[in-house]
Amino acid sequence: MSRGSLNGNPSPGTDSGVLHSRRSFLTVSVAACGGLMLSYSLPLTALADTGAAGTISPIKLNGFISITPDGAVTIMAMNPEIGQGVKTSLPMIIADELDADWSRVRTEQAEIDTERYGRQYAAGSTATPMNWDPLRRAGAAGRQMLVAAAAQQWAVPESECSTTAGVVHHVASQRSLGYGSLAALAATMPPPDLKTVKLKNPKDFTIIGTPIPGVDSPLIVTGKPLFGIDVTVPGMRYAVFAKCPVFGGKVVSANIDAIKALPGVRQAFLVKGGAAPNGLVDGVAIVADRWWQASSAMDRLEVVWDEGATAQQSSASFALTAAELAKQPPTKSIRADGNVDAALASAARVVEGSYSFPFLAHATLEPQNCTAWVQEGKVEIWAPTQVPQPSRTMAANTLGVPESQVTVHMTRCGGSFGRRLNADFVAEAAWIAKQAGVPIKLLWTRQQDLQHDFYRPAGFHNFKGGLDANGKLIAFRDHFVTFGSDGKFADSAGLPQNELPARLVPNLEFGASLMPLGVPTGSLRAPGSNGQAFAFQSFLDELAHVAGKDPLEFRLELLGEPRELAVPPGSSASQPDFNIKRMRDVLLLVADKSDWSKRQQLPAGRGMGIAFYYSHRGYFAEVVDASVGRNGIVKVNKVWVAGDVGSQIVNPSGAENQVQGSVLDALGVALGQAITIEAGRVVQSTLAEFPLLRMDQAPPIDVHFLTSDYTPTGMGEPALPPLAPALCNAIFAATGKRVRQLPIDPMLLKSG
Amino acid sequence: MGYSIRINGERRNVDADGATPLLWVLRDELDLKGSKFGCGMGMCGACSVHIDGKITRSCVTPLASVGSRAVTTIEGVGATELGKAVQRAWLDVDVVQCGYCQGGQIMAATALLKSNPNPSDSDIDAAMSNLCRCGTYLRIRAAIKRAADWARGPARPAKSGAST
Repeated sequence: MSRGSLNGNPSPGTDSGVLHSRRSFLTVSVAACGGLMLSYSLPLTALADTGAAGTISPIKLNGFISITPDGAVTIMAMNPEIGQGVKTSLPMIIADELDADWSRVRTEQAEIDTERYGRQYAAGSTATPMNWDPLRRAGAAGRQMLVAAAAQQWAVPESECSTTAGVVHHVASQRSLGYGSLAALAATMPPPDLKTVKLKNPKDFTIIGTPIPGVDSPLIVTGKPLFGIDVTVPGMRYAVFAKCPVFGGKVVSANIDAIKALPGVRQAFLVKGGAAPNGLVDGVAIVADRWWQASSAMDRLEVVWDEGATAQQSSASFALTAAELAKQPPTKSIRADGNVDAALASAARVVEGSYSFPFLAHATLEPQNCTAWVQEGKVEIWAPTQVPQPSRTMAANTLGVPESQVTVHMTRCGGSFGRRLNADFVAEAAWIAKQAGVPIKLLWTRQQDLQHDFYRPAGFHNFKGGLDANGKLIAFRDHFVTFGSDGKFADSAGLPQNELPARLVPNLEFGASLMPLGVPTGSLRAPGSNGQAFAFQSFLDELAHVAGKDPLEFRLELLGEPRELAVPPGSSASQPDFNIKRMRDVLLLVADKSDWSKRQQLPAGRGMGIAFYYSHRGYFAEVVDASVGRNGIVKVNKVWVAGDVGSQIVNPSGAENQVQGSVLDALGVALGQAITIEAGRVVQSTLAEFPLLRMDQAPPIDVHFLTSDYTPTGMGEPALPPLAPALCNAIFAATGKRVRQLPIDPMLLKSG
Repeated sequence: MGYSIRINGERRNVDADGATPLLWVLRDELDLKGSKFGCGMGMCGACSVHIDGKITRSCVTPLASVGSRAVTTIEGVGATELGKAVQRAWLDVDVVQCGYCQGGQIMAATALLKSNPNPSDSDIDAAMSNLCRCGTYLRIRAAIKRAADWARGPARPAKSGAST
């Protein structure tokens, strides 16, 4: 069994499988069960000297909970932590039902265990809705076992026992026992039926709904190793992997001998891969003693590539083709309700608008990386990944070994945003490690990260809307020119049939035309929604202005009376049943908080815009107050957000952080981000060319949540989509100029 | 080639090419993983350290250029009261999302507060060029102000106060 470490100082295995050490902040150590466990030794209050942590064996109550005799509770965090906060929020759910004392709780990253945890992944803002109920039950089951143990010890009925913050009480006899002293006996109690275990009344929550700081933050602010890039394995070397700049290109030859002669280089070899971008593709691997040596050697690499057919593709030609296709009927029908042609013919006003958005990269601040060790048919992987289970499959398939021989350790991810749903870097690391014969850490450069992504696809919407004499929307048509082949959309390039205003307008058609694409595409935070929201909510704003209506009122009229719009089975999972009341309520709340009704009082060159969007089960409405200078430069003065994600905000601190981060993410995209394809390759190679938002561009953001009588849902994505249209609608209010293409071009907004 | 450099108050010997960026010396030679690689071109600031107290992008600082100057990293910045106050403020405000940039942010914030104990919003905008892909800027700003308040002590009013 091999052993890796995130503190550069491998720790010996222990009988208990959990190693506590004040000096080893995070270790990977061998557990008795044969698995590997990541173990954090500092509690939440770190920075303060906490004294020596216990070395007592924890007693396991179930797959999520273990308690030491001194009362310290360890709760397993089942999903990858990518910055969305689940390593804190999911254990909070368990801890509350357990009635634990949070100051005695530490959370620990779980290893992959399909049997125990089911699917473990970070995607689609699903962690909360998928796990809310099961994790409450897991916590409640632990509590019930502790209560049963106390009742047995005191020989009283369980019904006479109560719990508070890590203690079981028998009020009648004024006796109390801490969870630590009960743990051993509790572990022998029959586990309760999870289906019927008694859950708390939500009004009695003591941890859920309170702002809890991130559990890893004490380690982060002191620079302790946590991320994939920080993994150290004894005897490890460093690798880089050069791929063809044109997607799908093949390697013909390279100056391998010259590379091998460079300082520190141990190996250099050609790799012949497959056609799927999410897997091992052609390239040249360099293995060196240090990463800097490997990457310096890559600078001297000369490769002959067979670039292949994608070298003919470019963003400019896509735009030209899209404009031509827009003049033809769509080749694919997505939805057709009523009679759009007749309704447009009878309309008092007809409005047309074409909108487009570019390809986007994820630009996670931690570049893609993976550490791998292949020995004696066994494969060990340390990866910052959103999908540890498919990553295991990827490594197994790449090397042709059974999955049972592959271990994948999840590390904290330095951002993901959908990039790490693909495991291409795992395939590369596994392959290179096998050839190297030693553990290797593969690390991409920033340029590689920007130029070998799975991009948010560009898209081109061509709208036509018809208003009746009262300004009511009676006809709507979208011809979406996008990417795909054989009638199938490329990844994340589709248009859901239930995209609003579908189901709100009697005569509505969605059609699509597809362009073939050799550039890999994939999910970027709020996939699909992140582009559709801009196009649809901007065009609705155009319609409102033509109708002579307040953009808020126009939207409320469009939504109509509170009701539920059910979706047929098999519809897009990201947009399930739509509740109009919940959307109306967040619109009204954001209008109230932003003083929407007073927006006409703003000075010239300044305006407010509004937009709403429903994605990932979350209802969000946003208002932006923006100024546009005579030079066309946009300054956002303030943003208001109202959201409804159900009955409970699990961690209000993390939730507000996610919403503000989503808004700033979307703002950075709108103000300046685009990936451009030329000759089948990505033009941008640095963060100067793909600018992330900076401090001086970040406006104040007011966040308000409405609670509703629905299961709590996720926070990672749904606050992102409304920002771009709210911003562009504010720019229209400020300047009378409609932004129909992202990113925003200040040259088109100049007034001087 | 051998170099002797001062890192977090300790003298460390490094056998590496003088052109090697300090970032990789810290991470791969000295096992100080707190300074992060984000761009390799000095644009993102995830690699920020102090050299003789001055904020510096270690990814574009060759080892040979460090000389006898004192290098402080995120692992060592808590040794000063100010550095510790900034780290505590980061926890108090619950700044972190993914956390990858935050070591560099803390180094930049500490350098700012050392030269300007009471920074205005525009001072913060000007000094904090580090990127945060998660968009934690509002909390970074709040944490800098909280650390500034703590570092100034309770007796001295903030810039917005009435008495001064």
